[in-house]
Amino acid sequence: MIVAQPKPIKEVLEMVRDFKKILVVGCKGCVTVCNVGGAKEVGVLAAALRIAGKRSGRDIAVHEHTLERQCDPEYVGELEETIHDYDAVISIACGVGPQFLSERYPGVRIFPGVNTQFMGGAEAHGIWSERCAGCGTCVVHYFGGLCPIARCSKSLLNGPCGGSSNGKCEISKDVECIWDTIVRKMMEQDRLDELVEFKPPKSWSTARDGGPRRMSREELVK
Amino acid sequence: MSEYKSGSNLEKVLKSGQFAFTGECGPPQGANVEHLREKAGHLKGCVDAVNVTDNQTAVVRMSSWAASLILLQEGLEPNFQMVCRDRNRLAIQSDILGVYSMGIRNMLCLSGDHQKFGNHPDAKNVFDIDSMQLIHTVKTMRDEGKFLNGQDVDVPPRLFIGAASNPFAEPFDFRVYRLAKKISAGADFIQTQCIYNMAKFREFMKKAVDMGLHEKCYILAGVTPMKSVGMALYMAKQVPGMDVPDSLIQRLRGAGKGKVAEEGIRFALEQIEEFKEMEGVAGVHLMAIEWEHRVPEIAERAGVLPRPAV
Amino acid sequence: MSEFKPRILAFCCSNCASSAAKVADGMKKALPDNVRMVQVPCTGRIEILHLLKPFEEGADGVYIAGCQEDSCQYVSGIAQAAKRVAHVKKILEELDIEPDRIHLFNLSAGKGQEYVEAAYEMVDTVKNLGPFLPA
Repeated sequence: MIVAQPKPIKEVLEMVRDFKKILVVGCKGCVTVCNVGGAKEVGVLAAALRIAGKRSGRDIAVHEHTLERQCDPEYVGELEETIHDYDAVISIACGVGPQFLSERYPGVRIFPGVNTQFMGGAEAHGIWSERCAGCGTCVVHYFGGLCPIARCSKSLLNGPCGGSSNGKCEISKDVECIWDTIVRKMMEQDRLDELVEFKPPKSWSTARDGGPRRMSREELVK
Repeated sequence: MSEYKSGSNLEKVLKSGQFAFTGECGPPQGANVEHLREKAGHLKGCVDAVNVTDNQTAVVRMSSWAASLILLQEGLEPNFQMVCRDRNRLAIQSDILGVYSMGIRNMLCLSGDHQKFGNHPDAKNVFDIDSMQLIHTVKTMRDEGKFLNGQDVDVPPRLFIGAASNPFAEPFDFRVYRLAKKISAGADFIQTQCIYNMAKFREFMKKAVDMGLHEKCYILAGVTPMKSVGMALYMAKQVPGMDVPDSLIQRLRGAGKGKVAEEGIRFALEQIEEFKEMEGVAGVHLMAIEWEHRVPEIAERAGVLPRPAV
Repeated sequence: MSEFKPRILAFCCSNCASSAAKVADGMKKALPDNVRMVQVPCTGRIEILHLLKPFEEGADGVYIAGCQEDSCQYVSGIAQAAKRVAHVKKILEELDIEPDRIHLFNLSAGKGQEYVEAAYEMVDTVKNLGPFLPA
């Protein structure tokens, strides 16, 4: 899923400091799963904004709403009747949310309440880490089912580099050296020949490097 | 000339079977050409070639190709280094042609330290291709006369291709295979990370020799003299992939105040003596960074002077 | 200058804190009248929103009174509550509000005296901080 991190409340406050009627919109998708943008978090952010308003003597109204998803026109459309009542809307969905809202409601000021980070999953309750960089040409099967594009700091295809130490990446003791894991796994599975096989340069044209992407299922398009 | 891949001085020394001795010189953090000339000057006549680093530790310095050209002007032979962190395949191939056309004949292909270490940690990192693929790119341009996309290169660059090897990084068992992989990809010569753990290096070299790697590629052992106990501790704890045995740290501590640098040099000289005799080792790469003025003395005491004229 | 009487909301677990309350009652010790009590089955049940709402509604201070970490009847309830209080302190700081307006007390079942003291301590702290809302 897409993992995001809440923006510092101070930053959000600064964004909406000139506005009096604010709507906080959450999303029941990915951001609910990583506990930054669901109904609960909408409640907390809204309460924090109200408290800040009261404390500074500003008369602001903060309302709350959580959509099923902010990445589908049908759900975004549910706000049609009400969204124009607000001066500012804070979306705490991933980066797609504020954009879908902005595109659908061009006259409304939309602000992002989270910093979208990566595609990943839960390592343990409360901890998520990156797994996929969306390179557009999945090759994890060449690396024991692990992805060096997303998980090697240098995206090496013929790793590890000389900085790998105790199974950790040179950039931080908190970052796993995925090449250490790949090599150990494949050597254990007697797949050394696959490891020493030269991997040629990757085509980045299917990644974001090739330009903004689009995917369609022709049989579904009306 | 056609018997050589590049005709560089380093290649000729190695091919003649003589023990090679290379040095290193980092470009300045500015356009201080005078200081660069002065540092390089110390190395003249003491080494067969001089490594010129490329934004080492991700700190911005004068570009490696420019500093290499300055060294050429000073009558030294540069080992032009290129890292994969800062350039994409277009700039890489373009620079390969550029440096060759300006007289550079040795090129070291490296991944590059992550920019988080350096002085511009907010930069985008490139890593369009990795060091293995870079080695292969130079080889393809040189031997097949083709760019990465298959198009012809009108005059192929004839560069002597170098790569780095870290026998001490993990997983240790895989390191010799990675070295073999670099050699298959096209590396003509290898310089290792600086060695302190001689026992572990002997183990590594034995495996390399068993695999016949020394016959396909020239392996130069990396040596960096320890200047102080502080430096030894720093290398042991803060530099990834570095193996500094406690015995060495104790030896330096025992040398007494003011005598540690000399002890560090003595250890380096002992290493060089052993490398001269070690099977599979074709030479030594001395990294005396910001200590270039001591290189002539070290070279003299190591018995590697005068350098061969080939 | 009128005497500021802070409005405090206290969350109390039905285990330790409530037992302490009964003991205090028996000892004829009373809580200050500006402390309002809300009883919960376990402090682990208290959500971050529950801790922020009182401030929205005009409270000057909020505290949680629960078990000791090693004697929570639901094992980790009080530990969870402690984490949430820490989180709310951070939110308050971000809003330039004094983090001491929220606090967590670890009490024991039989200690009625401590129970009352906790309340008075909180009143005292918040009194010194002044009213939550500007006059």
